Amino acid sequence: MIKFSKQQLKIPKMMRPVYLVTGGMSEFRRAFPEKRTEELCVEALTMAAEMINMTPAELKSYIHTCYYGHFADHFGDQLLGESVIHDRLGLDPLGNIGVKTGGATGGSTLWEAVKAVASGYSDCALALGWERMDEVPTDEGNHLISCAADKDWETPLGHIYTGYYAVMAQKYWQVYGKSEDSFRKTMAEIAVKNRGYACHNPFAHGGMRITVEDVLKSPVIADPLRALDACLMSVGSACCIVADEKTAFKMCKNPLLVYVAAGTHTLRPADRRDMEIPLLPNETKNTYKDLDKRFPGGELYPGFTGFLAARMACYYAYRMAGVYDPCEDLDLVELHDAFTISDIQSYEDVGIRPYGEGRTYVESGDCYVTNPNTGKPGKLPANPSGGLIGCMHAVGATGLMQVCELMLQIWGRHAEVHGDAKRWKSFGKTKPKDWKDLQVKGAKRGLAISHAGVGSHVTATIVVDPKHQLKGGKA
Amino acid sequence: MSCAHEQNRGKVKVDNNRYIVKGDFSVIYPNTPIFNKQGKLCGVTNPRDMTYIHSYGAEAPFFEGLSKGSLKGTKCENPACEYKGSVYIPFRIYCPDCLKKMKIVDLTAAAKKTARIYTYMVCERSGAFNTLDKPIKFINVKIEGTATILMSYLYLGEPSMGMRVVPIFRTKNPTYTITDLSWVPEGTPQSKLPKGFSF
Ligand SMILES: [Zn+2]
Repeated sequence: MIKFSKQQLKIPKMMRPVYLVTGGMSEFRRAFPEKRTEELCVEALTMAAEMINMTPAELKSYIHTCYYGHFADHFGDQLLGESVIHDRLGLDPLGNIGVKTGGATGGSTLWEAVKAVASGYSDCALALGWERMDEVPTDEGNHLISCAADKDWETPLGHIYTGYYAVMAQKYWQVYGKSEDSFRKTMAEIAVKNRGYACHNPFAHGGMRITVEDVLKSPVIADPLRALDACLMSVGSACCIVADEKTAFKMCKNPLLVYVAAGTHTLRPADRRDMEIPLLPNETKNTYKDLDKRFPGGELYPGFTGFLAARMACYYAYRMAGVYDPCEDLDLVELHDAFTISDIQSYEDVGIRPYGEGRTYVESGDCYVTNPNTGKPGKLPANPSGGLIGCMHAVGATGLMQVCELMLQIWGRHAEVHGDAKRWKSFGKTKPKDWKDLQVKGAKRGLAISHAGVGSHVTATIVVDPKHQLKGGKA
Repeated sequence: MSCAHEQNRGKVKVDNNRYIVKGDFSVIYPNTPIFNKQGKLCGVTNPRDMTYIHSYGAEAPFFEGLSKGSLKGTKCENPACEYKGSVYIPFRIYCPDCLKKMKIVDLTAAAKKTARIYTYMVCERSGAFNTLDKPIKFINVKIEGTATILMSYLYLGEPSMGMRVVPIFRTKNPTYTITDLSWVPEGTPQSKLPKGFSF
């Protein structure tokens, strides 16, 4: 679809406000040769209970329906894996359903749970996700991931998803990055930042103390992308519990308002047709009147450079939550940094910067917890968790991990959880001597973007301290 | 796989609206245990040798066309459609706007005359079951007069944006998959084409 009707552009309405009550995560690793998936899921749900001083049994007594995010059945050779986990969590015979939207599975799972509460069907719902990508050899794993592309038109071409994805990176690199060394360096800075932040996150498995030079010297995967530009491949679980207002305040002292909206775009980037840019609240047609003159080659929208699904998810979500300008109205973001370059592309889709200017979000220092240019707090810190590059990408859990991190930040409990030496030890790690508190001071509102592959599905989740709800934030 | 299996490899035919399978499918390999360094059991391997049976449905003419040296797209000819006249490659069976069945059109001549690389990527790696030579030069090809952009691979030369390319087809021993279509720079002589391919 390249034009929208009024009905299609309706701002999603929830019949009542929905609150994020708690959330939890397992540790994330590349592989868990000695753990079953259910052990990781139980760890995530147990942490969620502990965060609000409940036992798992008490927390479970509130849950009415369950939404499970698990993308790749075929990796585990287990269909209906959701039923296995549901049973092992002891939640039978409550209704449950599985959600699969590629890399956006975590966000989509929360979307379903939030709608269940918003509609009145459930007063409290569980969104829990996981992924198990360690149970096939890497080459076969690459083949299985490539099956998430069109199996007749793309998969036979190399059985390698990176190839289908990287053509978009190449276009952005040449058109908007103008193949500049300075742009290449900006990409590398994202990898340095996110791997660096992950060193202070006990759940993370990709923490590295590296420099821009290290990134630029790492092996080429698909030019201009190098090994250290890419996200992790992970195993682990994360969950969020959502409830209506009355139930939420019964379960904990300070539940947070949560809004989720979703967008999609073609599975095959090949099918993208030229269209007008859907505008976010702070943009006008004038914003883009000379875009193709400033960036020759950028004539088509979304072409192969924009993620329309992310744009649409924010189109809906910002208007639901009353966000006018994400840089002014939000305090932090957890973005889907699958690759450094797609992270930059996303800054534009979600309106942190207008199309064409994504790089300035990094170059200004706005995306850091502490702006390296000024030494002052960054304007809109991105991915203090370490993101997908530094923390994890356990597909079905990723979008939920991001929301857990926003929750901890808005609760002001980031240090309590990430700085707990006992937690580091329980994961078989030692808390670093120079452990840094990455709490975003005074965080009240945050955004998480959960994104699938070439942009087939994207969700935008906005978490808000109810005492700081934006004007225009609905239900 | 052993020679015996290779000779009797599973094949599928269609008869009276049913798939008839013959030969070896689901070859069984025994599973093996997985131990950790201390010799403690952690798990087992579960080998699988699967063959999927897949219908191309109304897209079959596209894949058959490749084997005959022709590149087919589709066009919406519904007079009531807001986007009537739009031409799609990749081939779509139904118009994405009006959902009327589209007309198959031959794009071979247009591709030979106007195809250009919109974007590309040279990929050193592949996944299991890959049949293409590495590095794979992924290209996305824009043919004038079409609404969309086709994913494919460049057989010869180094790709660049805007580069003129022409299609080549695996007309000898076709696989009837998208790999039967590839591209070479404009002006490439027939003698340089890969085995089994022709313009
Ligand atoms: Zn039509």
